[in-house]
Amino acid sequence: MTASPLLSAFRSSLSEAWASGAGLLLPLGFFAGTATMVPFTLGSEAELLSRVGPGILWLALALSSMVTLERVFQADLQDGALDLWLQDSGSISLIAAIKTLTHWLVSGFPLVLLTPLIGFMLGVPSEKMIPAMLGYAMGGLVFFLWGGVAAALSASVSRAGLLIALIALPLYVPALIFGVQMVENGLDSPSFLFLAACTLFALGVAPAAMGAALRLAAE
Amino acid sequence: MLSYLANPLRFMRFSRLAVPICFALGIVMVGWSLYNGLLVVPPDERQGGDLMRAMFTHVPSAWLCMGLYAALAGASFVWYIWRHELADVAARAIAPIGAGYTALCFITGSIWGQKGWGAGWHNLILGDSRLMSVLVLFFLFLGYMALRAALETRQKAARAAAILAMVGIVNVPIIKVSVDMWQTTTIHQPSSVISIGSPEPREEGSGMNPIYLQQLLWGFGGHTLLAAAMVMMLMRSEVYTQQGDRLLARKLEGA
Repeated sequence: MTASPLLSAFRSSLSEAWASGAGLLLPLGFFAGTATMVPFTLGSEAELLSRVGPGILWLALALSSMVTLERVFQADLQDGALDLWLQDSGSISLIAAIKTLTHWLVSGFPLVLLTPLIGFMLGVPSEKMIPAMLGYAMGGLVFFLWGGVAAALSASVSRAGLLIALIALPLYVPALIFGVQMVENGLDSPSFLFLAACTLFALGVAPAAMGAALRLAAE
Repeated sequence: MLSYLANPLRFMRFSRLAVPICFALGIVMVGWSLYNGLLVVPPDERQGGDLMRAMFTHVPSAWLCMGLYAALAGASFVWYIWRHELADVAARAIAPIGAGYTALCFITGSIWGQKGWGAGWHNLILGDSRLMSVLVLFFLFLGYMALRAALETRQKAARAAAILAMVGIVNVPIIKVSVDMWQTTTIHQPSSVISIGSPEPREEGSGMNPIYLQQLLWGFGGHTLLAAAMVMMLMRSEVYTQQGDRLLARKLEGA
């Protein structure tokens, strides 16, 4: 199999994100917005905020991964790109994986970069920042992969946003738990390894499921 | 036996007898365990006094909600690989029953735990790791049903739902482990149905008191039969609906 369908999938999802500038900024704005709501709901005690800060950022990450999921595969289904990919190459799973990784790169990775800023605002201790960023990068990948499965399954459903959330949220649970523990206990804790295992597992299983779901959606 | 029943006709013949038998036996057994559990056996003060009577529903439903999710995934797998229509009918029928038993499990669990573990109501559902993983299972069932309802054609719904059930079942052990690690000090007692070394608060005897164990086993058997009967009933109504659709289509074609 040549690299061209993969490359085209990569390029098209990148350009989609760039072309509608708001598409890229949307999850960022949502992430920052959710995190800044926290002091309003929990109060402004510095000690409390610095304690719950990492957890709040995890929650914001999980929620903001949902914001764009609905469009990931739906756009390809509607403009026919999905059919072309299916004709062109046998491995739709690989394409789905590339699409998800690209999606993570444009709307998950920026959140990781934004983390120190918001973490600083919430008073998260600076020594927790590196584990937090690493954890958000890995956990974000898990979220986008399982979320991608949910999005692929409901690609042919219009207004699938809530459905995707309902399907994907239970699958987010392990990464959330291990992620929060990892930020708490640091990089040399078993939670870090567990989170890494979750990421690898999702990388191994989710693309196959997405492939099967997309083949179904294209029919 | 399962491959024998894969033929819808044989299934219909079998279930016609099996549904009422399972129902009757199930009701009698559940009734017996509830009667003894609620009225006859002495309350165990260490387990929350009278509240521990919720156990006779809680423990069987905990086993059934796990078992039903495994059955759902198994039926989905069979349908996905071999396309036995009846397997999909089964999967579709299992989902609401499984969701019902998960709900029953965490409701009775929180009633029992309310006093039994000395924690408040709200503390329990969201504060105990074992009830929490049942709650996650509940959402998995809900997501499954929502996906089925959202897809327009039967065939598409069946395939997508089967993929979801299989993705779900590979994740269930991970969710279980992670939720167990989330709270290292769970307030839930260790499972002690047939344990040899007695758990902490009971000093004499090994495992559960035989009077309780007996009622629990009646409950296990009864709820399993009831669940089987309900699943088969839903399956029968689904088969009838499909047959009806087919007959209607034939009639319309002929007209």
